[in-house]
Amino acid sequence: MGDMIMSKVYCLGIDVGSTTVKTCILDGEDIIYTKYERHFSKVGETVLEQLKAIREIYPDDSFKIAITGSAGLGIAQSADITFVQEVFAAFTAVNVSYPETDVVVELGGEDAKIIFLTGGVEQRMNGSCAGGTGAFIDQMAGLLGVTPDEMNELALKHEKIYPIASRCGVFAKSDIQPLLNQGAKKEDISASIFQAVVDQTVSGLAQGRKIEGNVLFLGGPLSFLSALRKAFVDTLDLGDRATLPELASCFMAYGSALHAKKMSEPVTLEEAMDKISHAKARDTIAVTEPLFADKKEYNDFIDRHRKSDLKYADIKTYEGDAYLGVDAGSTTTKLVLITPDGGLLYQHYCSNKGQPLDVITEKLKEIYRLANPKLRIRASAVTGYGEELIKAGLGIDFGIVETVAHYKAAAYFCPDVDFIIDIGGQDIKCFKIKQKAIDSIMLNEACSSGCGSFIQTFAGAMGYDIAEFARLGLFAKAPVELGSRCTVFMNSSVKQAQKDGAPVEDISAGLSSSIIKNAIYKVIRAKSIDELGENIVVQGGTFLNDAVLRSFEKELGRNVIRPAIAGLMGAFGCALFAMERTKNDDFFRSRLITKDRLEDFSYKSSAVQCGGCTAHCSLTIIRFNDGHRFTSGNRCEKGAGIKLADRTENMIEYKYKKLLELENKKPSAPKGRVGIPLALSYYDLLPFWHTLFYDLGFEIVLSEESTRATYYKGQQTIPSDTVCYPAKLAHGHIESLLEKGVDFIFYPCMSYNIDEGGSDNHYNCPVVAYYPELLKANNTALNDDNFVMPYLDLNNKKHVAKVLSQSLERFGVSKKEVYAHLNHAYSEQVRFKKANEAKALEIIAKAREKGEKIIVLAGRPYHIDPEINHGIHKLIASLGFAVVTEDSVAGLVDVPAVDVLNQWTYHSRLYRAAEYVCENDDMQLVQLVSFGCGIDAVTTDEVRAILEQKGKLYTQLKIDEITNLGAAKIRLRSLAAALEEKEAQKKLA
Amino acid sequence: MSDNLSPSGRVQRTIFTEDMKKDYTILVPDMLPMHFKLIIKIYEKYGYHMELLENDSQNVINQGLQNTHNDACYPALLVIGQFMDALDSGKYDVNKTALIMSQTGGGCRASNYIHLIRKAIGAKYPQVPVISLNFSGLEKNPAFPMTPAIALRLIYAVLYGDMLMLLYNQCKPYELNAGMTDELVARWQHRLVKLMDSNDYLLPKPIYKAMLNDFAAIPRSKEKKPVVGIVGEIYVKYSPLANNHLNEFLLSEGCESNVPGLLDFVLYCASDSVNDAKLYDKKDKSSLLYKIGYDVLYKYQKQQIKVIKDHGVFKPPHDFEHLRKCADKYINQGVKMGEGWLITAEMAALAETGAKNIICTQPFGCLPNHIVAKGMSRVIKQAYPDANIVAIDYDPGATRVNQENRIKLMLANAVIE
Repeated sequence: MGDMIMSKVYCLGIDVGSTTVKTCILDGEDIIYTKYERHFSKVGETVLEQLKAIREIYPDDSFKIAITGSAGLGIAQSADITFVQEVFAAFTAVNVSYPETDVVVELGGEDAKIIFLTGGVEQRMNGSCAGGTGAFIDQMAGLLGVTPDEMNELALKHEKIYPIASRCGVFAKSDIQPLLNQGAKKEDISASIFQAVVDQTVSGLAQGRKIEGNVLFLGGPLSFLSALRKAFVDTLDLGDRATLPELASCFMAYGSALHAKKMSEPVTLEEAMDKISHAKARDTIAVTEPLFADKKEYNDFIDRHRKSDLKYADIKTYEGDAYLGVDAGSTTTKLVLITPDGGLLYQHYCSNKGQPLDVITEKLKEIYRLANPKLRIRASAVTGYGEELIKAGLGIDFGIVETVAHYKAAAYFCPDVDFIIDIGGQDIKCFKIKQKAIDSIMLNEACSSGCGSFIQTFAGAMGYDIAEFARLGLFAKAPVELGSRCTVFMNSSVKQAQKDGAPVEDISAGLSSSIIKNAIYKVIRAKSIDELGENIVVQGGTFLNDAVLRSFEKELGRNVIRPAIAGLMGAFGCALFAMERTKNDDFFRSRLITKDRLEDFSYKSSAVQCGGCTAHCSLTIIRFNDGHRFTSGNRCEKGAGIKLADRTENMIEYKYKKLLELENKKPSAPKGRVGIPLALSYYDLLPFWHTLFYDLGFEIVLSEESTRATYYKGQQTIPSDTVCYPAKLAHGHIESLLEKGVDFIFYPCMSYNIDEGGSDNHYNCPVVAYYPELLKANNTALNDDNFVMPYLDLNNKKHVAKVLSQSLERFGVSKKEVYAHLNHAYSEQVRFKKANEAKALEIIAKAREKGEKIIVLAGRPYHIDPEINHGIHKLIASLGFAVVTEDSVAGLVDVPAVDVLNQWTYHSRLYRAAEYVCENDDMQLVQLVSFGCGIDAVTTDEVRAILEQKGKLYTQLKIDEITNLGAAKIRLRSLAAALEEKEAQKKLA
Repeated sequence: MSDNLSPSGRVQRTIFTEDMKKDYTILVPDMLPMHFKLIIKIYEKYGYHMELLENDSQNVINQGLQNTHNDACYPALLVIGQFMDALDSGKYDVNKTALIMSQTGGGCRASNYIHLIRKAIGAKYPQVPVISLNFSGLEKNPAFPMTPAIALRLIYAVLYGDMLMLLYNQCKPYELNAGMTDELVARWQHRLVKLMDSNDYLLPKPIYKAMLNDFAAIPRSKEKKPVVGIVGEIYVKYSPLANNHLNEFLLSEGCESNVPGLLDFVLYCASDSVNDAKLYDKKDKSSLLYKIGYDVLYKYQKQQIKVIKDHGVFKPPHDFEHLRKCADKYINQGVKMGEGWLITAEMAALAETGAKNIICTQPFGCLPNHIVAKGMSRVIKQAYPDANIVAIDYDPGATRVNQENRIKLMLANAVIE
């Protein structure tokens, strides 16, 4: 039989992931072949190539085939090949080769998964809002200007971990960017990124179940990045119980091959390849019309936009005054040098490679080198994320807020501009101009950041450079409809389009259009195009992409102005600003670093933790070679070592202090120790509960003051990763109380809050009302004895007395006793409210004496928690405003007429606070919104409507676990600038 | 054009008047096609002309995005998008069109949908009235009263609709002649409308029996298929537009779906006031009325269950009192916002009675669902270790492939009983 060719049947597993294709062949039990390859989105081709390679080795054999993987479903379905869900494939493979495993952690290109094997099998995948995986690591590495492997090496040498938002890639990015811009070390940032991935997996996926026992690591990132593995091992305290299988990267292909054995009929590779190459595709994707009908339309478009250009002047020959503008943006750095009549002497646009100061120093040297000796830089201005650092380091004369810079530049091209939209690498900024002042500002929130860097990353992932990628899109025949949400979502839309066989041209055009839709539908949210006004100027690097520009015009149905220097507008606006300020000031002398001093300019950065207050900000201190230093990362003036004289009291701090002080009052022989978590509604009702428990003879123990560590303490018990941050913190407060050792934790459920009158109803929001239920169900340490959560309606005294006496029965508390003490508790609550009102009036009066403006910082009672508000009140105060809160002024006015169902107590205060602001000329309102608060989807539009009806500006700040205050700062400074402008105009009139 | 401004002076509020009744078309959002078709016919008998919207193009989502707040929930976004798309389509005379939306008045944002619709529609179509359909007297529309006679007929529409849905779900996966179940559903819809003319409509027992016999006569295979329970936020749970045709997908995957009926939600709303009265010592006239209403509705449900049981072919829906007991094991019935404790109870009841594969559908970022769905998964799983629960988020950006992938993961583990 030796010379007969025996045809054998093997099992073939194909794992088609979001970025790679993996194959694995089994001969019986033995693995005889594996391959791992990136597919650069050419999914079908890569699979066919791999099959071809296999055919070379096994030309005469047949195979039982099963496909797995997130991008494999489409192929499997259309080619009629068995499909196995990838987690299930992993599950099977683990059971065969690592049966002693308790938990599997698998990170893939775009998915993260956990399988719990022992104690009830459970398989989890990341939700649709959780992109911190392989693609995320790639993206972050790109941001740092290193490869993932280099990032791994860097991380191994870290000294310090920065807190980085761990929920989703977009969030993390906005945490990392400012760190980079402030000069934090790449080693530390790299390690922090890995830590963020770990945190996300632990809190987002484990959701209350502990990852313990023998842990198996799977997937590309965990196989290739040792620092990531180390972060997992350290965080979960795994010691030597973590295993990385030899086959980690092809493990799902192996599992899939195991399934093939049981599930499918053998076929030859020809048959399989035939099926795959003839699979029908492209019947389900939605497409839109091409960007240009014909070549002529394209040429007209190009000609029209060519008109908006600057004059150019030669830096080598020009003599006289020049003005320097610098835009130290989040991912890019822009510089321009102009003549007094707006001639462009020098321009530069580049990635800041995470080191904006280095890039700008180098470019400034170049300017000095090129410039005619008789060119004099008369003045300079800087804007952008890196503004303060650049200003301090290089002696730039002015620092201005981005919105002002952009408006200056836009007005240069179109003096009557009504609307400006700027799409940069990271941000979308839109603002309306009314009477020559910035009127309303719309910024993308962290969740809808489908911006320029996204297209860039995508082009890169598909193997194109951005310019070519954009060009391909211009003449796409059928651009695909990709939806309009954030990066993570768009990624999966693209995946689906690829799966359906859309060519790269159509995807490119589709991406451009989705960026535009994101801006129009999610950021601007204009009811009609007319609302935007006649003259629209578009700018930002992303608009240099003609496909994006055209998509915008098509979506609006009208032409817009794009200056040829669209990417440099921030810098150009700065130069114009510097010129305006100094042109007629003969005594002005620029502080800009001189050519000589620039030659030996250097700096060193170090990281420390501020001890100024409990916030413990992570500070980055930069020491320049001339001895002066710059501190960043601080939220208040304390960290920077500056003392503000005669500081006006801040309502948020006052309230917070008053509440904490309550704990000092203790009975001499307490009946028991009751634990109160400093979370959610307790920030409102603590005076009531404290008084009542004290009067009943209990010692009140408050949980610790919130910090980031409090959050980490409880994160393993958070079942829903999209709930608001204030709620997530509650988990840590429960842990804190368990640590402190109390007789019981008291946390009532309350559908209703106290009726403050004038509203349709007085509910709590669902999260505030019932969070105790969730805490109890997800923290195994809690039981009926140590966690008391009665249902209460505080508006009914008799009922409260009855229920509390039942809850406190074991301490011998009677109904009568509770009832007798209730009045005192209620009156203390009222007293607290009155004291707040009095304090607010005092602050307002003092501010008026000093001529300060007043901001009502309107949110929820729990927004006074420093870990929740991230010190925004200090930021506002540092801009020269006095700060009071919504609840301290809500009682001073009647409830205004509203067009919503006014049925929540806390939210009703917002409407009243807005009304109060309308009644006072020197007041503005800033609304704080916790990310994920669905109810604020209702309140924000209504508060805005109340304010705008009376000609007030509306400013909203979205807050989350993110500590980066960059976006908040832009908004607040723009608000300050707009107020100044209005004031100035009033004086003129 | 109408110049009825709201008291704030900011939003148009056009009232639906008696005059409009005769020649206006009232547009109904697409949530539960089987039930709503019956409801529309009832209103027709009272002189209203209604039309169920079935537009589901990408423009519906785009309009929704453009006209609602970014963080508004997906149901609000879809309903607004569907209305806008319809009014823009030119298919309707916008001067002779009104819109209708249900309103419960609970502590969830859903009670505010109608206001969001008014804000969105009012800017462009100030003349279009938006009618609130509610049982609690939240908003009164003089020309659109909720009379006891209408209410009673609506309740029956819910009962018959639930019955049709139940029979469809239990026959469709097994039918031997493709399309037979759908035909029968259409025939019964027609017949039920006819029955409304007579008082027979209000005597459901013989009608139920006839329905059961008809559906039992469909030739069906004896194959065992995994049963998948669908629970969740009410709009996303039922509306094919919102859940990307979940029911069809499950059929194509070889599953039988078990979707709890609308009556459960009605009973849940009625029991709210009863529960509140008990929890917060709030007994008053309205809670007494609700108690009476609840008892009547519950009797209707028990009757339906009994008929199905006696007939012996199909699985009856869960008894609502039993659901309440299921809830008590995990969560207090005081959790009454959104679908509240009902979701927890339905998951537990499904797990207990064999549908261990459960999909919990929810709009992305749904507030009550943090507590009642994701928040209670752990304890339900503890009680039923083989319960196979997956929570799926729906929103304008979530792709079908992502959702289906997660469902497939669940199905890969599916338990067949």
